[in-house]
Amino acid sequence: MIHFDHAGKRYPGGFEALSDLSFEIAQGEMAFLTGHSGAGKSTVLKLIALIERASSGQVIIAGQNLATLRARRIPHLRRSIGMVFQNHRLLHDRTVFDNVALPLVISGHGHDEIGRRVRAALDKVGLLNKERVYPVTLSSGEQQRVGIARAVVHKPPILLADEPTGNLDPDLSREVMGLFRQFNQFGVTVLIASHDLDLITRLPHRILSLNGGRLAGERAALTSTTP
Amino acid sequence: MRRRPHKPAPPRDEAPRRGAERRAGANRFSAYPRNHLRVFFNTLGQLYRAPLHTMLTVAVIGIALALPGGLYVLLQNTQRLADNWEGTAQISIFLKPSVSDEEAEKLAVRVRGLTNIKQVRVLSRAEALEEFRTLSGLDHALDALGENPLPALLIVTPASEEPAEAEALLKTLSTLSEVETAELDLDWLKRLRALLDLMQRAVWLLGALLSGAVLLIMGNTLRLAIQNRIEEIELMRLIGATDAFIRRPFLYFGLWHGLLGALFALILLWITLGLLAAPAKELAALYNSSFEINGLDMDSSLGLLALGALLGLAGAWLVVGRQLKQIQPG
Repeated sequence: MIHFDHAGKRYPGGFEALSDLSFEIAQGEMAFLTGHSGAGKSTVLKLIALIERASSGQVIIAGQNLATLRARRIPHLRRSIGMVFQNHRLLHDRTVFDNVALPLVISGHGHDEIGRRVRAALDKVGLLNKERVYPVTLSSGEQQRVGIARAVVHKPPILLADEPTGNLDPDLSREVMGLFRQFNQFGVTVLIASHDLDLITRLPHRILSLNGGRLAGERAALTSTTP
Repeated sequence: MRRRPHKPAPPRDEAPRRGAERRAGANRFSAYPRNHLRVFFNTLGQLYRAPLHTMLTVAVIGIALALPGGLYVLLQNTQRLADNWEGTAQISIFLKPSVSDEEAEKLAVRVRGLTNIKQVRVLSRAEALEEFRTLSGLDHALDALGENPLPALLIVTPASEEPAEAEALLKTLSTLSEVETAELDLDWLKRLRALLDLMQRAVWLLGALLSGAVLLIMGNTLRLAIQNRIEEIELMRLIGATDAFIRRPFLYFGLWHGLLGALFALILLWITLGLLAAPAKELAALYNSSFEINGLDMDSSLGLLALGALLGLAGAWLVVGRQLKQIQPG
């Protein structure tokens, strides 16, 4: 589903964020991407969502080589990817409901369907009773769950998360990871960038560690399904 | 892990998933009008929620449009007034003293046969004397003369008001053997025409200039609106909004401002003309005229509204594409 083939990213000025990175994440797999800050975790996610383009090698998402994807097709690629951000990126002048509805509004869904799907997504993250409130009134953990609801409301086949637990305490972090695992059980391919080694090594999923833009190590998925 | 209040739904199998995709595909056809309708009301709501800002922008656009609009009304009224005067533009043909009234009548018949003739009126020598008597007030002097010194007159109204054609007619008429002199105050007509042409051009130029100003005002307003919403635009891009989707609310924003600005201009014109109507009527009455100021007619009013909407939209279009391209996530 996500295939990096000797991919590299060099920024103007010579800084090499990624070099010769190859890995593959199968459909329905869940994996973590770890490493120190600056190791290239975020860059990997940016290449997948075409926020940046690889300067060498290839990135292939769901069989589509991103190097040949035209700029005007980028929105359609992004609609097949749910993204969760460390700082949530919620719009503070809109209610929780309207925030979660955005991906559906963008793809032009009808009013009734939007209502149904948004409530289903909010239900999954346990915030159904908060649909009318504004994000500022929510705790950080709740805001992150709204962000997750927004990322999955349009049922994307791929879910990316960049340090989704970066601002959360351990309990909330475990809870958020639990949500990602649930979506993974529904068949969503999940890739999470996180430096929270304590948490992710206790989970059974595959872990790719980056160092200086290269793949420095890998822990295969554990066979047991319980942490 | 903490227990969730609701159990997750069981994983779906492939068949309903495909059904969902089909629905999404069918959606695309109805999505376009639906998106427009949504943005149509959303942007109106935004204007309503920021009334002061909206009113200021609308007022600036309104004044910029009212100025050429007002001059246009002035021009229209002057032209109408000039048309009235030109309707009385006549060629006076003074016949030779030897020409009798009878011959004058015959000549009138011949002149009526010429091209570009609207009306020919014969003023016999007696009638000419009578007219001169009433207009000049020189009764006693005329009585003292004993004999009528005035020649017969033909008063010709040309069918065409065009100075060139009137002049051609004048030339033809002066060559007739019975005619002593033929007169037409052509210079006066020409000057009026030239003045009106000049005014018309000035109105168009001013209109173009102020339309340009409206474009710039709209562009600048939108630039600020976009700067205020960078975060939102970046997020929209991240979750897969197309350029058209992101652009749309800003274009409607421009359209609404232009339309409301034009409406404001119409109201300004209406008020101004209302204030001028009474004094203008008084002035006209002093000249024994029933002239009244006409406001913009329905067509011109609709035209102004359309122009405002178009300028707002165009101003938005000029800025939005370039501005939005610069806002990319990452």
